[in-house]
Amino acid sequence: MSRRPVDTGDPDRLYTITGGRSEAPDDLDLVSLIVSECEPARGMQSEHVRILKLCRRPAAVVEIAAELGLPVAVVRILVGDLLAMEKVTARHPRAAPAVAELPESSLLLEVLDGLRNL
Amino acid sequence: MDSVTFEPSARTPLSAVAETGLKIVVVGGFGVGKTTLVRSVSEIRPLNTEEVMTEAGVGIDRTAGLPDKSTTTVAFDFGRISLSERTVLYLFGAPGQERFWFLWDRLFSGTLGAVVLVDTRRMSDCWYAIDRLEHHNTPFLVAVNRFEGDTNAFPLSEIRQALALPDHVPLIDCDARVRASGKNVLITLADHLYELAMARETP
Ligand SMILES: Nc1nc2c(ncn2[C@@H]2O[C@H](COP(=O)(O)OP(=O)(O)OP(=O)(O)O)[C@@H](O)[C@H]2O)c(=O)[nH]1
Ligand SMILES: [Mg+2]
Repeated sequence: MSRRPVDTGDPDRLYTITGGRSEAPDDLDLVSLIVSECEPARGMQSEHVRILKLCRRPAAVVEIAAELGLPVAVVRILVGDLLAMEKVTARHPRAAPAVAELPESSLLLEVLDGLRNL
Repeated sequence: MDSVTFEPSARTPLSAVAETGLKIVVVGGFGVGKTTLVRSVSEIRPLNTEEVMTEAGVGIDRTAGLPDKSTTTVAFDFGRISLSERTVLYLFGAPGQERFWFLWDRLFSGTLGAVVLVDTRRMSDCWYAIDRLEHHNTPFLVAVNRFEGDTNAFPLSEIRQALALPDHVPLIDCDARVRASGKNVLITLADHLYELAMARETP
């Protein structure tokens, strides 16, 4: 089955991973695509290392959460760290220049065409 | 203590130039076929994750010795469809129960639209979802997942009445297990969304 256990039953563990912070960038969407801008370095937090490896090719915030087995809220904080350190960049759903300039109907037509061509 | 189990993940990476992530959400009652629908159209094996919300409503807080009392966890799964090199559609299967809607804005704002899956044997399971989607102004369609045990075989017109669905909301049959049928659900929704956008853009 697709379901697999995700350990969130232990708030202390999440607290440790995030250093007790609860603030994450507001604009970090579930489907913001995260891309590594550098290789992991020695001494980095293991979750940061895993995100950097995962995002050598773009990966959505929600994919990172599933791969790391961590709640989305925790991944937002971790990705926020990496953004602040400029070790990753984020391609936001609405910020993509190709999309922002198009009327909504053009985007939807692209979706429709993409689905029809599956 | 740490009970996380990692399956070997057969990850299919996105195109290096992928830049736009889009969202469509599949909601419905327990066991209505949400995961099955996501799986039948997804290019990856559906992945599962969850969001935890504290009483305060943001992030993970240290909860003063009462961790269970003040956090809500909602699990959801998702699949992915690369529409083009640059555009990726994520399809989320999410429960329609009450506590889930507390997370809607946080997780699914900016969603293109929603699919409400219905099992005619438990039609009332989707009332709440329809009500919330209307409340959030999220465009949606209703897809009736026909199980073999669907002996009642309600025609769509009766289902529309039973759900008090306005005429402008598309209502279709589907078989969530069949890729072509799942694809048809998404195309019908995208077509509906396109029509809505065109109507908005041409006064
Ligand atoms: N006969 C039949 N069985 C189906 C159909 N769609 C789903 N099922 C089965 O119904 C069961 C529930 O389907 P799921 O896709 O897991 O339903 P779900 O909505 O994700 O369920 P929860 O996430 O537990 O709420 C599974 O055993 C499916 O194989 C269908 O169209 N016909
Ligand atoms: Mg499911």
